[in-house]
Amino acid sequence: MSAVVAEHDDHHDHHDHGPEKGFLRWIITTNHKDIGTMYLVFALIMFFVGGTMALIIRSELFEPGLQFVDPQFFNSMTTMHALVMVFGAVMPAFVGLANWMIPMMIGAPDMALPRMNNMSFWMLVAGVLLLASTLFMEGGAPAAGWTLYPPLVLQTGKAFPFAIFSVHLLGISSIMGAINVIATIFNMRAPGMTLMKMPLFVWTWLITAFLLIAIMPVFAGAVTMLLTDRFFDTSFFDAAGGGDPVLYQHIFWFFGHPEVYVMILPTFGVASTIIPVFARKPLFGYASMVYATGAIAFLSFIVWAHHMFTVGLPVAGELYFMYATMLIAIPTGVKVFNWTATMWKGSMTFETPMLFSIAFVVLFTMGGFTGLMMSVAPSDFQYHDTYFIVAHFHYTLVPASIFILMAAGYYWLPKWTGHMYNEKIGQLHFWLSAISVNILFFPQHFLGLAGMPRRIPDYAIQFADWNMVSSIGAFIYGFSQLLFVYIVIDTIRGGTGEKVTDEVWEDAAKHGLEWTVPSPAPYHTFTTPPAVIPTEHF
Amino acid sequence: MKKTKQLLACLVLMALGLGTAHADYTLNLVQGVTQLSHEVYDLHMLILWICVFIGIGVFGTMFYSIFHHRKSKGHQAASFHENTTVEIIWTIIPTLILVGMAIPATKALMDLDKVQESDMSIKVTGKQWYWDYEYLDSGVHFESHLDEASEKVHRLKDGDPRTVANYLLNVDKPLVIPTKKKIRFLFTAADVIHSWWVPDLGWKKDANPGFINEAWTSIENPGTYRGQCTELCGRDHGFMPIVVVAMEQDRYDAWVKETLEKQNQATDLSDESRSVLMAKGESVYLKNCVACHQIDGKGIDGWYPALSGSAKVTGNMDQLIGFIQAGTSKMPAFRKLPDDELAELITYIRNAPELGNNVGDEIQPDKITPKWDDDE
Repeated sequence: MSAVVAEHDDHHDHHDHGPEKGFLRWIITTNHKDIGTMYLVFALIMFFVGGTMALIIRSELFEPGLQFVDPQFFNSMTTMHALVMVFGAVMPAFVGLANWMIPMMIGAPDMALPRMNNMSFWMLVAGVLLLASTLFMEGGAPAAGWTLYPPLVLQTGKAFPFAIFSVHLLGISSIMGAINVIATIFNMRAPGMTLMKMPLFVWTWLITAFLLIAIMPVFAGAVTMLLTDRFFDTSFFDAAGGGDPVLYQHIFWFFGHPEVYVMILPTFGVASTIIPVFARKPLFGYASMVYATGAIAFLSFIVWAHHMFTVGLPVAGELYFMYATMLIAIPTGVKVFNWTATMWKGSMTFETPMLFSIAFVVLFTMGGFTGLMMSVAPSDFQYHDTYFIVAHFHYTLVPASIFILMAAGYYWLPKWTGHMYNEKIGQLHFWLSAISVNILFFPQHFLGLAGMPRRIPDYAIQFADWNMVSSIGAFIYGFSQLLFVYIVIDTIRGGTGEKVTDEVWEDAAKHGLEWTVPSPAPYHTFTTPPAVIPTEHF
Repeated sequence: MKKTKQLLACLVLMALGLGTAHADYTLNLVQGVTQLSHEVYDLHMLILWICVFIGIGVFGTMFYSIFHHRKSKGHQAASFHENTTVEIIWTIIPTLILVGMAIPATKALMDLDKVQESDMSIKVTGKQWYWDYEYLDSGVHFESHLDEASEKVHRLKDGDPRTVANYLLNVDKPLVIPTKKKIRFLFTAADVIHSWWVPDLGWKKDANPGFINEAWTSIENPGTYRGQCTELCGRDHGFMPIVVVAMEQDRYDAWVKETLEKQNQATDLSDESRSVLMAKGESVYLKNCVACHQIDGKGIDGWYPALSGSAKVTGNMDQLIGFIQAGTSKMPAFRKLPDDELAELITYIRNAPELGNNVGDEIQPDKITPKWDDDE
């Protein structure tokens, strides 16, 4: 089509559309870069909102006794912290990266469905604001944990239907984002960009998008059944009417387990993108990385009841879910080995993105180890619902997903802004984060093994010491993240003043198409497809 | 260079943390006091060591590489990017390790499932927020609440938890069981899901409303073993501990006899002095009412009504008695509360200065007139 139009070259019809002037630019934009930026900024704000809730929790747990908050509010905080971090921070941040980077990585001019892209962002904002508004409702915000287990969640006050409606909005937003990613990757790759030449970040997002489309409707269904149980006299989860509260847990975790991979697969993708560039070597085992990602995604659908080993499953069911869960260690191991082999005999430098990526490989592996320990059902009878699992999933989310999001920020900021960030402060941010995150979460392993249940606002005296250590780590970690905000603002305003090249990082153009366009990336990129496809990443 | 050393030092410290984990109760899983808990502990240690071993291998390789294969040392990048043999090896070896783990894990799981042929059965009902124990063979039946000392300290913000023995891990009436007997537990719940966990027994089990779960234990030696509810069950989830006291058979038999005698005794309806009514009333209040109406009687705005200055509390006595016995859609019916405790409670809530009420009257146990008509 464009070829035909280009024949009648008329500059009045064909001036380059820049962004809309003023505030309206951000409301009505359909540009993937603008929408990506909005997602990323929104996610960063929510990261601090959710982080503040975490610090309220850690303040209350600093010492035994109830000092600051009411137990009900404490439960609201654990619930809202998780919901905000999962649906408001980590997922939107990865959608933001997908928006910015997928078109630039596959040589496409924009996302396939730009108007839907805008709509899915603003629905996310509406959903999260609605969720946040429940904090001010009679009876307080939901306090039954982010898993919203009945019958407890049915005791929520006025906030109940609002929380459920916000889950619906967030789900629709995610599904639209996922459809957009799939449509873009399947239809808009540059000539020569075959599936097996795509950067790993694009691959992992493609698989993630399919996970999202499969699971979000399941979650929406589960919470709608809660809604009808409370308001329309159904008894899906009420034994008195022939239902079963455990049914909800099966449905929830059929969503919930793939959901945790929604947060970790794009993480793998970014790590696989960054490590080769700073090791100056091709990614080791590109094909096995793709297959491992697919295998993990498949396994994620058939292991859900390992979250429910103590609910009273038949022993045959427990055996099956134990074996299936243990299998996840194999493809995950392949990934860790591949990253290590990528570094092996490389020529490594350690800029901030690489530091965060290496810390990710190490600390995510620690989270993987505790995951393996918990896959063993008899041991899980002891670990379940204690601080041991709190430590486990925070290791797989904070020094994994969050660290990689930070790495991605440092890695692509020069491309986004055209300026270099301050490397010294970046490294300071890394070391403060890497050390404090371990002070924060490592002692929680000890607490869990020693018998401290999760989601309690007050605890027995023998848990006092490690809780204090953990809280100190939490405050150092939380406040160090302000350095990242400073760096982002500073970089946008000029950074070090150093002019960055198109490539930014040494030989990066061999690894990805995004490094072949100018820095900062112009408002429209790849309006004509790239001639050469980089080959260094596979 | 310096940074790598810091990172290495940091990791060595973490590895040491893992390695010495078995040295101290507060760092590692408890070994527990049953055959099952020992089996679970051994499994835990086996997998922990496998993880430590793999971790040393993987992290060792990575840090060797980080140290030597760096540009600042002039290392030239190799260009290899796949090796089928290596990739097959590192898929097969983990698979074999997993099979090795699955064998003892399967055995332990089957052992945990053997609830049959027990010597006695105890039905455990989780309620917001206490446990209810019913001995199905002997008929002993009682509720087990958080002890008064912990209750007062955690509700009054000026209390010091460190002054309370077994803070938050003590109850008014512990679950008493005989040693060396196979005991089958039946778990259910009255309202929301709870979960019963005593680490020393080696497992936890959810108590689901409307369904029954099973588990078993057999404790070798007499002792007191403590645990907590581990499934979020609302506001006071952190305040419904479990205490199991294991005693030898003869002492246990004596305990059953004594407990049954007390249980079957007719309620003592003799008059009590004002101060006794008030003191006992406070205990009844702390056990049954404080979770919702709070220690200052102010309730929780939007959730639970205040008792302070409430017309229902300070108004007509007979209506108040009927109200407490009948309950409402939100408040449980306290029809099983014996008349003496009801009299103490009512005197207390109408007159306690800490609740902000001062009607200036009292009621004696034998004056509880509008008796709840019990259909049972």
